[in-house]
Amino acid sequence: MTPAFDSVSALIQMGYHGAYVWSAWGVSLLLITVLMWHSVYRRQQFFRQEAARLRRQAAQAKRQE
Amino acid sequence: MPEPSQTAGQPSIWRRLWIWFNQTVGPRHFFMTFRPWIKWLGLIAAVLIAVGSVWGLAFAPPDYLQGNSFRIIYIHVPAASLAMSIYLALAVLGVISLVWKIKTAEWVARAAAPVGFVMCVLSLLTGAIWGKPTWGTYWVWDGRLTSMLILAFLYAGIMALYQAFENSPNQGKAAAILAIVGAVNLPIIKYSVVWWNTLHQGATFTVTAAPKMDPSMLWPLLLTFIGFYCWAAALVLYRTCTLILERERQKRWVQEWVEQESRS
Repeated sequence: MTPAFDSVSALIQMGYHGAYVWSAWGVSLLLITVLMWHSVYRRQQFFRQEAARLRRQAAQAKRQE
Repeated sequence: MPEPSQTAGQPSIWRRLWIWFNQTVGPRHFFMTFRPWIKWLGLIAAVLIAVGSVWGLAFAPPDYLQGNSFRIIYIHVPAASLAMSIYLALAVLGVISLVWKIKTAEWVARAAAPVGFVMCVLSLLTGAIWGKPTWGTYWVWDGRLTSMLILAFLYAGIMALYQAFENSPNQGKAAAILAIVGAVNLPIIKYSVVWWNTLHQGATFTVTAAPKMDPSMLWPLLLTFIGFYCWAAALVLYRTCTLILERERQKRWVQEWVEQESRS
């Protein structure tokens, strides 16, 4: 398999199409990253809330003793 | 009169299948079964997308007509295909959750909707970027582009309905109905390039016919295609697991799981 471009600068330029190809790749990477970040954020939010709730419950149980 | 399945000592095969199915789709069983899949699917996706992208960007030969701009296909086609597949899944899950009242089906749909929406937006954006050097314009009101834009609006509507009925007992009903009704758009998208012969090109590859693309260009597309599907499956499962944890937080197994996770 041979590379389609002679040099890195040719790969970046892609014969005047570089701006289109790389911006398409860039916007994809950005949107996919945001979506994955949001998914992880939701999971961590659940853990934080649940840990706080468990602590509150434990404190309440102690007061009632 | 006893049912035929109860006359024999054992429940019938259908009865046992139904019980097995109900156990599998129960939130706890779903969580325990599919959570281990996430990291493997994610790993496969990362490898396939990385190899496919490098191959497609740096090694596949330029197109004789479109030059290097065709390399956008390696994101555009997987994203567009996923947007449609996930929408079809939303419609099927909508029927399942309305008819059989299976909570997990609704949660999977709720987890998948934003993923499908982002894929739909991505296919529109990459398509517009590709359109500029190829057609000379970012946008035309062509059948494929217009029906895909409608799909994005349908996704937005479904997500808004999920948000609006967040705390109501009929949570996902309205969204499920919109997903089912909106599914008429899917065949319109698929056949738009055949019915209205405007700017958008026909299908590059289908399940039934030989591909219209040279293998040196097709292989990276197959890699990113399968990679995107694995990635989407992993992400939807991950998001569904989060929803299950949130909705079932009163259950003992969730509390035990949270304690076990926070200790390790």
